[in-house]
Amino acid sequence: MTIGLGHYLTVAAILFTIGIFGIFLNRKNVIIILMSIELILLAGNINLVAFSAFLGDLVGQVYALLVLTVAAAETAIGLSILVAYYRNRGSIAVEDVNLMKG
Amino acid sequence: MYYAIVFLPLLGAVIAALIALVGARARHPGGPPDVGAKNHAQGPVEENHPRAAPSPDSAHAALDASHSEPQPLQPPAAGSRSAELVTTVFLFASLLLSWLAFVDVGFGHHDSRVALFPWIVAGDLKVDWALRIDTLTAVMLVVVTTISAFVHLYSIGYMEEDPYRPRFFSYLSLFTFAMLMLVTADNLVQLFFGWEGVGLMSYLLIGFWYHKPEANAAAIKAFIVNRVGDFGFSLGIFAVFMMTGAVDLDTVFAQAPALTGKSIHFLSWNVDALTLICLLLFMGAMGKSAQFLLHTWLPDAMEGPTPVSALIHAATMVTAGVFMVARLSPLFDLAPHAQSFVIFIGGTTAFFAATIGVVQNDIKRIVAYSTCSQLGYMFVAMGTGAYSIGMFHLFTHAFFKALLFLCCGSVITAMHHEQDIRHMGGLKDKLPVTYWTMVIGALALTGFPLTAGYFSKDAIMEAAYVSTNPMGLYGFGTTAIAAALTAIYIWRLIFMTFHGSPRDRRHYDEARESPITMLIPLGFLAAGSIFAGYPFRDLFAGHAVSEFFGDSLKFAASNHILDEMHHIPLVVALAPTLLMALGFAITWEFYIRRPELPAELARQQQPLYKFLLNKWYFDEIYDFLFVRPTLWLARVLWKYGDGWTIDGLGPDGISARVLDVTRGVVRLQTGYLYHYAFAMLIGVAALITWFMFGGRVS
Repeated sequence: MTIGLGHYLTVAAILFTIGIFGIFLNRKNVIIILMSIELILLAGNINLVAFSAFLGDLVGQVYALLVLTVAAAETAIGLSILVAYYRNRGSIAVEDVNLMKG
Repeated sequence: MYYAIVFLPLLGAVIAALIALVGARARHPGGPPDVGAKNHAQGPVEENHPRAAPSPDSAHAALDASHSEPQPLQPPAAGSRSAELVTTVFLFASLLLSWLAFVDVGFGHHDSRVALFPWIVAGDLKVDWALRIDTLTAVMLVVVTTISAFVHLYSIGYMEEDPYRPRFFSYLSLFTFAMLMLVTADNLVQLFFGWEGVGLMSYLLIGFWYHKPEANAAAIKAFIVNRVGDFGFSLGIFAVFMMTGAVDLDTVFAQAPALTGKSIHFLSWNVDALTLICLLLFMGAMGKSAQFLLHTWLPDAMEGPTPVSALIHAATMVTAGVFMVARLSPLFDLAPHAQSFVIFIGGTTAFFAATIGVVQNDIKRIVAYSTCSQLGYMFVAMGTGAYSIGMFHLFTHAFFKALLFLCCGSVITAMHHEQDIRHMGGLKDKLPVTYWTMVIGALALTGFPLTAGYFSKDAIMEAAYVSTNPMGLYGFGTTAIAAALTAIYIWRLIFMTFHGSPRDRRHYDEARESPITMLIPLGFLAAGSIFAGYPFRDLFAGHAVSEFFGDSLKFAASNHILDEMHHIPLVVALAPTLLMALGFAITWEFYIRRPELPAELARQQQPLYKFLLNKWYFDEIYDFLFVRPTLWLARVLWKYGDGWTIDGLGPDGISARVLDVTRGVVRLQTGYLYHYAFAMLIGVAALITWFMFGGRVS
C-alpha cells in the first residue's frame, strides 16, 4: 500500500486529539500540559509538511520550521515559568494551581 | 456711612471666622477630628498652656474634683485675642456711626435709601438689596449696635475660659450683621433674609456649647418653633405679593389703602385680605418674639452663653417681631381685627409669662420669662396703634433687659456656673457692682418713677386704656396684673440672690466680683436704663412723635391714640406705679421679713404652684400634640416608607439582585487551568462549526 496524504492527515488528527485530551484530562502535572501543547503544534506541522509535499509548495515546510522555532521558545518560557512557580509555591500539581479561582 | 454701619460687623465676623478656621486647622492638623477628638487634648500644646480652660459646663464640676472625674482640658484657640479685638473695635465703630445716623435721621430728617445691587429679577418680582434709613431704622440701629458692642466687650471677660472664642465672636458679629440687614430692609424679602439670618445665628449661638445635649436640644427647639412662625410669615409675604404685585415697602404701603374691603381666597374660604395678611405676618412675629403659643423656645434658649441671651434673646432678635409690626404699621393700621388679635396675644403673653416667672428657680429663666412678658407689653402697644410707644418700650427694654442678663452672667460666673437661685443668697457684699447695677435694672424693669421703664411701660398701659379697640381693656387688665407680677418676680430674684444668708457656703466663699471688661458694660447699660427714658419721652410718646418719626410710622386718620392717652383718670395714670409698689411690698414681706412664707404658700396652693412651676404644662401639651405624633409618623416613614419600600425596591433591591447573579458567575471561575482550556476548545470548536456549517463566509 502506498502511504498517501490521507495517512499523514490521520496521524496528525490522532496526535491533535491526544494533545487535546492531554490538556484537559490531565489532573496531575503542568509539564504534561506543555507536552500536550507541543503535540498539538506537531500535529499542525505534520499537516503543513504533508500538504507541502502533496502540493509541491515549499512555503509549507518553511512555515513548519517557523512553528518549530516558536514552539521551542514557548516551551522554554513555559518551563522557566514552571520553575519560578515551583520555587514560590512548592508545587506544580494542576489542582494546586488555582489562584484565579473567583 | 450706612455701608460702614451694616458691613463692619460682617467684616469683623469674616475675620474672626478665618481666625477660627485657621485655629481649628492648627488644633487638628490631620484633618477633621474623629469622634473621640473632643476629649482629646493635644499633649505638647497643652503643656505650653498650663492654665488651659475647662470646658464651660464643667467649670463648676472641675473645681471640685472629688465630685466628678477630671474634665478634658483644651488650650484656647490661637488668635483668640485678635479675634476679640477686631470684632469689638468694629462694633464700637459701628456704634458711633449709628448714633451719628440717629441724630442725622431723627432730628435732621435726612431719610435715605441706599441701593446696593439687584438681587432677584423674575417676571413681575423685583427684589433689590437696599438699605432703607428712616427714623424707625435709626432707632433700631442704635439699639442693636449699642447692645451688641457692649455685649462684645462683656464677652471678652465672660468667655475668658472658653477655648473657642474666635468662633463665638464671629457668630456674635455675624448675628449683628443679620440684625442690621433686618432693620435696614427695604423690602419684605430682604427683611425675611435678615429674619432667617438672625434665626440661624440664634440657633448656632444657643448650641454654641455643642457638646452639651441640652444646648443642642434647645437650639433645635428654637429653630423648629421659629419655623412655625416663619411659615406664616412667608405665607404673608406671598399674600402681599399676590395682592399688590410688589414686595418693596413703598409700593406695598402705597397700595395698602386700596386693599381695604378686598377679600382673598384662602384655605377654601374667602377672608378679608388685609386682616389675613396681617395675621400671617404677625404669626412670624409671634415665633420670633416668643409670644403666647410659640414662646416655648425662649426659656430653653437660655442654654446658650449668657451674653448671647442678653444680646439675642432679650435686647435685639426677639424684638424683631415688634419692629416688623411697626415697620408694617401702614398695613396693621388698616386691619382692626388683626390689631385686636395682636393685643390679645400680647396681653396674654404679658400676663402668662409673668405668672411663670414668679415661681421659676433658674436665674436666667426668670429673666427669660420676663423678656417674654415685656415683649407682650410691646405687642399690646402695637395692637392699640401706638407704634411709637411700642418702639419706645423696645428701646428702653433693650437697655435694662440686656443689663439684667449681663448681671445674671456676672452672678453666674461668680458662682461658678451655678444658676439656681435657691443656692445663692447674701451676695450683696461680695458683688457690690453687680448688685447695684442689677437693682437699677430691676427698678427700670418694674417701672420705678423716672427710670427708663417707667416712661415706656406707663405709656403702654395708658394707650391700652384709651384704645378704642374692643381688646383694649383686656390689654390694660393683663398688663396691669403683669406689672405687679413683674415687681414680684424680679425682686424675688434679687432678694434670693443678693439678700439673706448664703445657702451654699462653698460657692459663697469663692464668689468674686467679675473682671473690669464685664463691669464696664454693666455701668453703661445701667446708665442707659436710667437715662434712656426721660430725654426720649417726647420723641416716642409725646407731641414730637409725628415729627420725629416722619413717614416711617404711618397712623391712619382715625388713630388719635397718642393724643387721647394724655387725658386719662388719675387712678389709671398712677396704677402702674401703685401695682409696682404693691408687688415690691409683697415680695419684701415674703422673702425678707418672713422667708418661711413662700414654701408654706406653695404647699397650700399645691396645684396652682405645680401648674406655674411646669410653665402651664405647655411643653407637655406640645409634646403630646405635636412632638410624639411627628416622631411616630417619622418613624413609620423611615422604617416602612424609606427603609422597606424605597430602599427595598430601589438601591438595596437592585444591588441584592446583582449580587445574586454575580455569585453564580463567580462560581464559573474555578481557577483550574484545564477548565479554561476546555472552555477555549469548546469555543474554538463552536466557532469552526459555525464557519463550516452556519453561514457562508464570503
